[in-house]
Formats: sequence, C-alpha cells, structure tokens
Amino acid sequence: MGKPKLKEHIINREWCKGCGICVHFCPKNVLELDENDKAVAVIPEECICCRLCELRCPDLAIEVITEPSEVSESSEVSETSEV
Amino acid sequence: MAIKDYIRERFFPHMWCAGCGHGIVLNGLLRAIEQIGISKNDIVMVSGIGCSSRISGYVDFHTLHTLHGRALAFATGVKMSRPELKLIVPMGDGDALAIGGNHFIHAARRNIDMTAIVMNNRIYGMTGGQYSPLSGYGTSATTAPYSNIDHTFDVVNLSVAAGASFVARTTAYHVMQMISVLKQAILHKGFSVVEILTQCPTYFGRKNKLGGAVEMMEYFKNNTTSVGSKAKQENPELIERGVFVRKEIPEYCSEYEKIIQRATIG
Amino acid sequence: MSQNIRFIQGNEVCVEAALYAGLNFFAGYPITPSTEIAEHLSLRLPQIKGRFIQMEDEIASVCAIIGASLTGHKVMTATSGPGFSLMQEGLGYAIMAEIPCVIINVQRGGPSTGLPTSVSQGDVGQALWGTHGDHAVIAMTASNHQDIFAMTVHAFNMAETYRTPVILLFDEVTGHMRERLVIPEPGEFPLVERLRTSVKEGVDYHPYLPREDGRLPMSDFGGKHRYNVTGLAHDMWGFPSNNPSVVQGLLRHLVDKINNNSHNITRYNEYEMEDARTVLISYGSSARSALHVVKNRRARGERIGLLELQTLWPFPFGLVRQKCADAKYIVVVEMNMGQILQPVRMAVDNPERVYLANRIDGVFITPTDIKNILRIIQGRGM
Repeated sequence: MGKPKLKEHIINREWCKGCGICVHFCPKNVLELDENDKAVAVIPEECICCRLCELRCPDLAIEVITEPSEVSESSEVSETSEV
Repeated sequence: MAIKDYIRERFFPHMWCAGCGHGIVLNGLLRAIEQIGISKNDIVMVSGIGCSSRISGYVDFHTLHTLHGRALAFATGVKMSRPELKLIVPMGDGDALAIGGNHFIHAARRNIDMTAIVMNNRIYGMTGGQYSPLSGYGTSATTAPYSNIDHTFDVVNLSVAAGASFVARTTAYHVMQMISVLKQAILHKGFSVVEILTQCPTYFGRKNKLGGAVEMMEYFKNNTTSVGSKAKQENPELIERGVFVRKEIPEYCSEYEKIIQRATIG
Repeated sequence: MSQNIRFIQGNEVCVEAALYAGLNFFAGYPITPSTEIAEHLSLRLPQIKGRFIQMEDEIASVCAIIGASLTGHKVMTATSGPGFSLMQEGLGYAIMAEIPCVIINVQRGGPSTGLPTSVSQGDVGQALWGTHGDHAVIAMTASNHQDIFAMTVHAFNMAETYRTPVILLFDEVTGHMRERLVIPEPGEFPLVERLRTSVKEGVDYHPYLPREDGRLPMSDFGGKHRYNVTGLAHDMWGFPSNNPSVVQGLLRHLVDKINNNSHNITRYNEYEMEDARTVLISYGSSARSALHVVKNRRARGERIGLLELQTLWPFPFGLVRQKCADAKYIVVVEMNMGQILQPVRMAVDNPERVYLANRIDGVFITPTDIKNILRIIQGRGM
C-alpha cells in the first residue's frame, strides 16, 4: 500500500472553535487560523496525511480526505510524530 | 463507518470550551470504537455530572446521564442485568474520585466488566474552577485562592490497589496512544481504567498560568514518558503513560453466572 | 395446599411477594431492621436466574436498581431510615427519568442512627418530601402479612403502570413479626407488565412523550432504540432542555400522572365505619393496635371505627374527608409526631376534631396507650 495522497481537508467551520491545536501541532505547518479564527489549510500540498489534526481536533471539525479513497488506516500514522 | 455515524450531529458544535481536552477524548474514543467495530446498539455509555459527563449526549449509543459520582453504580446495574452489553463510563476527576470515589474503588474491586475513563483535567470546570482531588498541592483554584494544600490521588496507583484488572494512562496530546489503550481497555474482560490527562484551558490553565490549550498539550508532550522508560529513571518527575496493569482474573458477571448455576442445580 | 401456608417474618413476606410480582434484580446494603430482605433474596434470586448484588452503600444500591430497571427488569431495594436518607438522590432521579422501581423502607427510630432495633413511623414525611424539587411519589404500607403481600405486589404494579419509584413504608414490627401467610396462587393477583413501545427500529422514538393516559411506553436499554436518559429537565427525546414550556410540561406530567390517578393507587381497609362517631385513622403496625381498640370498644357498644390507610402518598384526601364526615372525634394513631395527622387535618371539614394518639419512644404503641389517650380526648379523664 502506497502513501496516501491528500484529496482535501474538510473543515467544518460551524464546529471549529479556533483553539489552534491543529495549527500548532501540524508537522508541516499546513494549517492556519483565518481572520474568523477558523482553521484553514493554507498549504495543502505540504500535507503528509498524518491525520493528527483530525485526531487532535477537540471539535471533531477536521476530516483529512485522501485518495484513492480507501478506508482510513490509522496504522499509517506514525507514532514518532508524537514523541 | 465514519465516526460521524457514531455521534448525534444535531447537538454539534458541542458545549465544551475552545481547546477543551474532553473533545479530544470524544474524538479518540469514537475512533477506538470504530476500529473495534462494535455495533451502536451494543454499547451503553453511562456518565455522571460535570463537563466530562456531557460526552454521553453526543454519542449515538444507549446513553445514561446520571448523578454526580454515581455513574459506575448505575452502570453496575445495567451490566449485571444485561451482561452482553459493552459498558463505557466516562467520568471527570472530581466525578470519579471525589464524590464517586467509593463507587470507583468498589467497581474496581469487583472486577465488573466495564471501561472507566477518567477525564482528568484537575479541576471542577462546570461550576467554575474549584479545586478537585486531582488538582494537586500548590495549585490555584477559585476555592484555593491562597494555594491548594490538598494532595492528589495517583489514579493509576489507586486503581491498581483497588483491584482493576486493566489500568492505563495517556493524555489528550498522545492521541494514537489514546486510541490504542481505549481499544485495549474496551476489549479487556474486567474492570478497565483509562486515565486521560486533558486540558482545561478555561479554568485550570488560566488559574495556574499554564497558557492555552496548545501550551497545556505541550506540557503533556514534554512532561510524560512511556511507562518503564529510561527517561523516567533519569527524571522521576515525568508522568508515565501506557498500560500499567493487564491481568486475567475472574470477572464479576461471569462469576455470578456460576452462582446462578449453583443455585439452580439443587 | 398446605405448602402455601407459611409462618414467617414480614420481611420474608415482602420477599415472597416481590418474587410473585416478577422481581428479578435486587441491589442493597445491610441495615437493621431490613436486612432479612437482602438475605433471603441473595438465596432466592439466583434460583430463578435473577440477580442479587450487595453494593457499597445505599446510594449505589438505588442507582444500580435504576440501571437494571432500564434494561427491562423488575427491580427493588430495601433499607431503613439512614439508608433511605442516602437514597433520596436516586429516588429523585428515578422520579425525573421515570424509571420503575420499588424501594422498601423498614422504618426504625430516627433521626440519624436513632433506634436501629426499635419501631417508628417517622419516615412518612420523608417519603414524600425527602428528595428535592417539586414531584409526586407513591408510598404505601400494610399492617399484616397478608396485606404486606398484597401491597408489595400492588407496589410493583403501580411502579410499572406509572413509570415511577414506589416506596413501601413497612416498620420494624411488621418486618420482624411472625404470623401466618397464605401465599396466593399464581394468577390470583393480576400483575402489570411494563408497557413497551410498538415503534419500530429506525423510526423516531420519543421515550418521554406520554400517551393520552399519561403512560410512557418504554424501550429496553440495550434494545433497538438508542435514546438518552438524564436527571436534567428534558424533552420528549430525553435530551436536556431548559425551554420553559418543556420544563413546565414535564413537571406537570410528573405530578399529574400520580395525583390524577390517586383513585387507582389508593388502597385502604375499613372496620366498623358505618355509624362510627369516633374514627381512628392509622396505618402500618400501629393500625393493629387501633383495630384491637375498635373491636374491644365495639363489643361494649361504642360507635367507633378504623380507617386503615394503605396508600399514604398521594394522600387520599377525598376518601378521608368522606369517611370522617360524620365523626365527632377523629384520632390519628401513628408512631411519629403527627406526620399523617397534618394531611388528615387538611382533608376533613372540621380540623379541630382531629387528634393525635402516638408514641415516639421506640416502643410499639399498644391498645392501652390508645385507650388512655382516647379517654382524654373523649373527656372521660384518666
């Protein structure tokens, strides 16, 4: 199984409370908070699809959609990215 | 099945504050359940009172939002009367260990098959930031304006001493480990305890000048280590994470089935 | 036939009746003078594949039975005053979340630890107002073993009918006294089974939407409908709500379903009441002494009768008013400082005619005690 390729970040702006956890802990600085304090993917091309933003989002507001649209395999996420 | 299939979407966005670690626990718990693949109809979530207990309103299981501290007692009745159901009991630290402390140790002692999740944010959040039994000596809270002189429980040691047959600790930062230990705990037959250190930036963070959610999660990252690690030997101040106890001992409901067999033979 | 006649304690009668009614889950904590109920059920329940658990305290006990009731079982706990105090929190939850359960309080002397091995009827008021907030409760009692059996079965039936906790206020004397019990045949007493929803799986189910008759069809926890149960004020789905009209509707429903059905809930016995000018009103073990006085004095020609209340809450105001309409003296016989005296005074047309004959010292009130007080009330001196 090859590396997952990013299709898009779906960010639910209604649910996002702008805590900034996803922004701070993204290993590739893909995300930022916009002027309304909502998370947005500003450099999606850098995304390595580790999904840590999705998993750490307290608001369940982020989904990292990959292609081919296989069922998400959490085992692909590297434990090393969290010490 | 996506995790959205496990929640009651109409109640989102949830009522927790921005950056609250409880949301991360909900997130991780749903993924653990999704990965195990338990049917929603087979799960009963029982919670008490407090910020943490509101988790039960957001999940599409059989949900029982009970009284402060009493979740495990209600859960005991549900489990004993329908042992085939999976019981998940998320509690806050005050909920589980102050007002509910007696129920906690006795549920552990019986080794009744359920998963107790202690969402430990070291504060009473719902009522506005009073110190909890997990706040710790020297911390500040709205009821400890001169500094807290109460010492804490060590949830892991307490659970082990009380007889829990699965005991783990993780944090809201360590989401992969959180999902992993929650899966193990839910699959474990017996009383399992998972302590999850979660941040309350609104009260504990603010009262103790620990910064916001990000800074508090950095603290979890930098001040914890895997159980039995070399880092712990070098720095005893580090908080250990991981699975501390996992043992196979007779489970309460299974033992009661034997009682029924004994009683019905004669 | 002879197998159905037993000579047992009242606490054991209660056990037999609960099993007859379909009890299959009990949680409790040992406390005098109720402990025999737990002891007998620990033996009997597993024999019928039911479950018994001794919890860490009375708070946990009432919570455990509420949890077990939700999964569709008939449940009970048993305690005495100090334990009943601890159970008030769970009692309120069961009222609010409308969960059927039966709570036995074998009363002893109070307050606090009081007189653990002595009789009292001091928890009558607590049964009504022990838990906080506006609510209605059903509380019943009985004075002899045959009635303890009948009222225990009735308690389970009422709990299931109205989805509410029912309190059985027995006392140390009836609990520990031994007398003859003829165990009714199966089918002799009708049993109410829980009303279960006919809503199909996947269809929106409203666990807290009452039918026109006020009853709520339930769905067993762990079954095909996933819903929320909470002690917070809640809407018809069981989700928290502080919408004023929802809250108003909920509280009215909780109170009305009981108070408006008082006629279905009320049970009583009456003795020699037809032409009685002196009416004794009593309940529980003290009604035994009151009955003795009535029989004794009737034999000597006095127009005296006994109204024995078996349902204490909701208080049968209409019944008491009607039965006391022609009475010159209304004497409430109870082992407390007037906990039923007060609603009797509210019920009757001439409250100044209502007197109290009581004992509060842990000693069972005897016919002689009542006669001595009657002499004073009736102006015949000591």
